[in-house]
Amino acid sequence: MRTRKLRTGLLAVGACVALTLAGCGDDSISKETKENEAKAADQGDCGEINMAVNPWVGYEASAYVVGTVVEQEIGCKVNYKDLKEDVSWQGFGTGEVDVVIEDWGHPDLEKKFFADQGDGTAMDFGENGNVGIIGWFVPPWLAEEHPDILDWENLNKYADEFKTSESGDKGQFLGSDPSYVQFDEAIISNLGLDFKVVFSGGEAASISAFEKAEKNHEWVIGYWWEPQWFNAKVPMQRVKLPPYEEGCQDDPAKVACDYPETPLKKIVSTSWVDEGGPGVELVKNFKWTNEDQNLVAKYITEDKMSAEDAAAKWVEDNPDKVEAWLP
Amino acid sequence: MTATLAPAKPEPGAAPPPTEEARRSVPRWVWALGVVVVWIVVYQLTKGNDTLTLPGRSHTDLHNSLTGFRDDVLSSRDTNPVIQFTYDLGSWFSSVVEWAQGLISIPDFPRPVPQIGWLGVLAIATWTGLALAGWRIALLIACSFLSFGLFGYWSASMDLLIVTLFSVLIAVVLGIPLAIWLGTSRSRFVVGAINTVLDFFQTMPTFVYLLPIVLFFGIGASSAVVCTFLYALPPIIRIAGHGIRNVPATTLEATDSAGQTGFQRLRKVQLPMARRTIVVGLNQTVMAALAMATLVGYIDGPGLGQEVLDALFKNDVGAGFVPGMLIVVMAVMLDRTTTAASEAPEKRIRSGTDPRRRRILLAVTGVLALVAVYLSRRTLDLAEFPETSWRATVADKVNSFEDWFIDTFGGATDWFKDTVSSLLLNPMQSLLAESPWYVAAAGIFGIAVALGGMRAVLPTLICLAGLRYFDLWHDAMITLNMTLVGTLLVMVLALVFGVWMARSPKADLVIRPLLDTGQTIPPFVYLIPILSLFDPTRFTAIVAGVVYAAPVAIKLVADGVKGVSPTTLEAARSTGSTTWQEITKVQLPMARGSIVLAANQGLLYVLSMAVIGGLVGGGALGYDVVLGFSRSEEWGKGAAAGISIVLIGIMLDRIARAAAHGDPVTRDPNKRRRWLAARV
Repeated sequence: MRTRKLRTGLLAVGACVALTLAGCGDDSISKETKENEAKAADQGDCGEINMAVNPWVGYEASAYVVGTVVEQEIGCKVNYKDLKEDVSWQGFGTGEVDVVIEDWGHPDLEKKFFADQGDGTAMDFGENGNVGIIGWFVPPWLAEEHPDILDWENLNKYADEFKTSESGDKGQFLGSDPSYVQFDEAIISNLGLDFKVVFSGGEAASISAFEKAEKNHEWVIGYWWEPQWFNAKVPMQRVKLPPYEEGCQDDPAKVACDYPETPLKKIVSTSWVDEGGPGVELVKNFKWTNEDQNLVAKYITEDKMSAEDAAAKWVEDNPDKVEAWLP
Repeated sequence: MTATLAPAKPEPGAAPPPTEEARRSVPRWVWALGVVVVWIVVYQLTKGNDTLTLPGRSHTDLHNSLTGFRDDVLSSRDTNPVIQFTYDLGSWFSSVVEWAQGLISIPDFPRPVPQIGWLGVLAIATWTGLALAGWRIALLIACSFLSFGLFGYWSASMDLLIVTLFSVLIAVVLGIPLAIWLGTSRSRFVVGAINTVLDFFQTMPTFVYLLPIVLFFGIGASSAVVCTFLYALPPIIRIAGHGIRNVPATTLEATDSAGQTGFQRLRKVQLPMARRTIVVGLNQTVMAALAMATLVGYIDGPGLGQEVLDALFKNDVGAGFVPGMLIVVMAVMLDRTTTAASEAPEKRIRSGTDPRRRRILLAVTGVLALVAVYLSRRTLDLAEFPETSWRATVADKVNSFEDWFIDTFGGATDWFKDTVSSLLLNPMQSLLAESPWYVAAAGIFGIAVALGGMRAVLPTLICLAGLRYFDLWHDAMITLNMTLVGTLLVMVLALVFGVWMARSPKADLVIRPLLDTGQTIPPFVYLIPILSLFDPTRFTAIVAGVVYAAPVAIKLVADGVKGVSPTTLEAARSTGSTTWQEITKVQLPMARGSIVLAANQGLLYVLSMAVIGGLVGGGALGYDVVLGFSRSEEWGKGAAAGISIVLIGIMLDRIARAAAHGDPVTRDPNKRRRWLAARV
């Protein structure tokens, strides 16, 4: 019976404390609610923008910078949606996605969703100013110690050094994330190189491999690109392949040339553009450089800022560039 | 025509000798070894021919026709009545999730915070724990919820909780009737068919159906819920069905003689008697649901999974570790709560708690919880969890630990990787993947028959034919090889740690929580560290599989060895056997059933990591699946790879079961409860 008394006593004390607290708790929430209501009434309704966020840091940087400007300057609400590329394109037709801010070229998706061949739910909204540079890269230590490696014609000389547990008696060429267009298997066989493509399978895997190679002076060559935040940490060096010429990548089996420079594009939902509004114009006007994007990407990765904070910082530091995008 | 030669030799092993004595005279593994020897000889003569190698970025007509099928569905989405229906269903799912989010996780405009703030949610959750399972669980729940807030992931954790509980609810509503059907059906065909469908769902890589599901249900919470419950459904059907089926026949006869109807029998006898097993099924369903948490982050599924993925893109191990561990915390919390809740009523009756006192206690604490809710609706600090620096501190610590670990052990791991690759991985892969496909098929068939007898014939033939049909034979052989090597490593770990845990309660106490963590932590958290140790290689893929599969196998072996009767052990000791003899001559042979089961489970778990392996340099089928998920024109190849993984899984499982069937130790049905035994 003693425990019972004790417990009842404790409960009584607890109840008293709670009731006292209830009296003390300030009413801070309803105050802010009223402020929010007032703000919403002032602004009028700009609508919402559904912004796809594809899974790489550079994309995240562009998406959040555009989103921040939209929210700050025209007061629309931005819904960020973490999606892979294919899923994003599927969402244009259903109104779940309005904007893809950085597209590296998806001919198959364009065929399905652009008006000339597909259902017309998506449309090309122009270049975003970033230029994708794809190619074969080696870590900086290698370029420094063996400068001739930066020409493909000398690669066979070093093939043995690139051997790994995965490549048998050939040198290993590290293929990359499956999301990207890659012709490396064809290039290697058509240029007669003693290499075998081993797919890293993902961006994270490639970064780990390059980082480790630079640190321990290991031999690695692989598919890589720019803009990419990792290049600020380890400036990967590009290997020269036979230069790209118009049409040299038309037949995937016969490719024997370097990758072209890819101007990155904005892809948007047709129905969203038809609705119109200040958000549409801002996205249309948005354009920045690889340096801009790499800087925001550095804020996110090296300085460990959240994407929101990183974008806000850049927007604050670059009022003139932001000014040019405003409708 | 070496093709016909290969299986000809092992044929004698195909028909299992009729009597036990005859079988004992030549053990089955000798026959299997014979097949391997013949295979190696044939391989030497034929290697490199007809290997059906398909370069990384090529696909065949079959793959294109699969892609075409997906395209047709996609282009019909505005008119297809099925899609209209599923889309409506999906938006209903979304609205339920959004309503719950406004209630507890994200600001419900115009309020700056959700309807119920953290203090209110914490209080209600704790009170629920108290009501269902008592003080200890209430404390566990309170600590778990506090950790969600203290580490700065309150809202993401609530999102995950919402999606998980909602998906589990749907899984239970759909699963229990199916479980009853499975448990009471007298038709062997129905049981076999349901089991095969469940196998399919459990081995099919999620990456394959993620995109089609988005097509049918829309982006975000709706598809996240559908993916999660589809993956979480099989365990409850399987395990609850098993529980219902295993109600002792004598009990049923006794109650039947009282003249009950079938429904009465189900409601009054079968379901109550199977309650414990059904709860185990529920637990497994919750665990499966949480296993999907990270993957649905790819389709904007709300929750902690997004945070884990986000850290992966930045190669930030520490930032991924924190949300990953919170998923583990949630898993442990839900697991212990459901288990304790199912035992609580019985315990209360046994301990003779006064029901009136309990009601008063619950009423008073309930009022306290309501006060907390009220407060959390008024005051900002009680609604929005105050920011702490815990997240950053832990993330930094983990990162510096990772750096130290890799600097210290980097060299040794390279050596280990190269040794395993050159001594085990490469020779086996040559045999499997560089033999002409028909030689490899004949060899696999021969081994299957040698080990499993006639029972293995049909499933093996069907699966091999399927693998050939889906045009990814070479990749399938590489994946099969990685799975086998991974399983071998798993079994080495399982035997060493399993025996250690069984013999030392202290070791068990320390190791078991680590195993729970290994099983529930999202693999995406440890991908970067193992990449840093082993580079993007097949070995890295295998290690990822081993980390995931070893806990199950270790637990099974530990439980099996522990189950060896103490009197037998005493007898062995009295004859003066050494510890080593005790283990090898008594404990391991007597736990053979569990060891076979552990190997079977290990295989399937390693295989289920094939796709994750594709993300870290494993190549083969795993890479094909990721490729199909990433490039629209390759979807068909990805789907074919997914089906090939399923076929490998079903083939290995059926061979192992057939092999275990002839084994007197494992013939006992209680020893073969694979989904039961795999419990976290």
